[in-house]
Amino acid sequence: MPTYEPVLLARINKPNSGKLEGYRADGGYATVERALKELKPIDVVTQVKDSGLRGRGGAGFPCGLKWTFLPKDHPGPIYLCVNADESEPCTYNNRILMEKDPHQVLEGIMLACYAIRSQKAFFYVRYEYGDAFRALESAVAEMYAAGLLGKNILGSGFDLDIVLHRGAGAYICGEETGLIESLEGKRAWPRIKPPFPAIEGAFRKPTIVNNVETLACVTQIMKRGKEWFQSLGVPPDPKNPRDAGSYGPKLYTIAGHVEQPCCVELPMGVTVRELVEKHGGGVWKGRKAKAVNPGGLSMGYLNVNTKLKDSDLTEYDIPLDFNGPGRVQCLGLGTAAVTVIDDQTSMIDVLHNTCQFFSHESCGQCTPCREGTGWMLKITDRLRRGLGRKEDLDVLVDVADRIGIMPGTTICGLADGAGWPVKTAIRKFREEFEAAIKSGAKSKYAKSLAMAGAH
Amino acid sequence: MSVLSEDLKNRIRAFIPKYPRKQAVTLPALHLVHDELRTVSNEAIVEIAEILELHPSEVNDTMTFYAFFKGEGEKLGTTRFWVCRGLACMLRGAYELIEHCEDKLGVHCGHTTPDGKITLEFAECIGACDGAPACLVNDVHAMNVTPEKADQLITELKLK
Repeated sequence: MPTYEPVLLARINKPNSGKLEGYRADGGYATVERALKELKPIDVVTQVKDSGLRGRGGAGFPCGLKWTFLPKDHPGPIYLCVNADESEPCTYNNRILMEKDPHQVLEGIMLACYAIRSQKAFFYVRYEYGDAFRALESAVAEMYAAGLLGKNILGSGFDLDIVLHRGAGAYICGEETGLIESLEGKRAWPRIKPPFPAIEGAFRKPTIVNNVETLACVTQIMKRGKEWFQSLGVPPDPKNPRDAGSYGPKLYTIAGHVEQPCCVELPMGVTVRELVEKHGGGVWKGRKAKAVNPGGLSMGYLNVNTKLKDSDLTEYDIPLDFNGPGRVQCLGLGTAAVTVIDDQTSMIDVLHNTCQFFSHESCGQCTPCREGTGWMLKITDRLRRGLGRKEDLDVLVDVADRIGIMPGTTICGLADGAGWPVKTAIRKFREEFEAAIKSGAKSKYAKSLAMAGAH
Repeated sequence: MSVLSEDLKNRIRAFIPKYPRKQAVTLPALHLVHDELRTVSNEAIVEIAEILELHPSEVNDTMTFYAFFKGEGEKLGTTRFWVCRGLACMLRGAYELIEHCEDKLGVHCGHTTPDGKITLEFAECIGACDGAPACLVNDVHAMNVTPEKADQLITELKLK
């Protein structure tokens, strides 16, 4: 593959990359200025729709299509909510964009708001991103001072305000209706859909919720054209009628047992092996990988030693596009956050940590999720204490299969996300789990309070 | 007597014009009060509710959803010190780091040192996985935190 020149991350290493002056010197805000003067909102919608941009927040829903769901000729207000509550473990791509190149994201917000005829964007940033929040605060202040926000922007007649809003450390605020409820000042309980936010969202008005990286992509699509975006990535799989293709660049984050955890920008479709070996510096301490979580905890696990059907390749060679991880029983691409687990790590510890996360972060609104995630945590806790029973593995898979939006028992997808790692870990590493149950071996963390479910 | 100063109330009121409904100021208000008073007491809840024209139970309901906020009877130390136990951090030594910090500070996660300076907590992924194991000191990331680095951070915080 020829070397790819980053676009979304092109400016992050420049000194003062977050300053308006530097951004303008690199051609920043020329795109939105041109759009405001020369294009109609529908032209922006069409260009983004035709580019094939799919949301980068995890679900991969086509961005331009989402915008078209807004009611036609609505008198307003219409809102944009920017989802920066990136809380999926091992995912930090949005943080890099916000900290290092906030204006690229803010220009994307301007373009999106112009396209959807919104005059107000609420930028919901998770609490833990203090530096990102301050970078955005300073960038927004610069924009107001330069007339890029407020009334009659650049003499175009377009008005826009951006309100920065801080979360309070809750994973569920990354779910779009949970985010809206939280923004409104309530507990972040996801809403039953329909109505979808595009019809009735924040403050009961039509609302679009977009991820930070998605909006940075909007900036680049409007700057470079839809053809540029489509020239990168992977076209739809003809064998999969539901695949809408995976176009454009993607920010991949690499974490866990690699020598150099990092965030890299590459065209969609790069393999896990290439990411780990070429960009992550390989598995740490000269060890071998055993498992990989390909896109945030909720996507499930790959067994890097499992051969793919009719091939010499293994699950390590799965391409990370929207269609790839699904071919090996994972939920999907998710956030393209790759976590590597080395061969000296117990999958029981990994799964316990995963269950602990989802149990802690379940909002508690739906009984199957609240109870199911807690049940899975209790079982994995038993396993790591060396007290596992032989039926535990089947019970775990059964619980994981029965909670969640797929069987239709919960409002949002958190329970599905909690189930997928359980199902894949047990299906793909069953021997290891069975051996541990048989031997009654305790995890090295079994006595640690740090691993207790609560305190 | 009011627990919120007039200045604090004015800072809360300043958020109101940004949103279509006053209730949306609940989180900003809780943050402001929490930052300054290190707790959100029942009296503070009543006063926030008055400003936002809500019933106190609505503010309380929202506040208690976010385990982040400390309510009646709880109080934060001067600094919050979170150790992340998310998967990437766990894989690179977070559990050992949590135990180390508990030993060093003499308190379990969720508690404050007797001198009131540091509240130790664990976090469920703070989004700093490129610097795992990572900590959050108030809202600033500390990356690649070894036990030695944790000791250094704690010493600096204790001196403040």
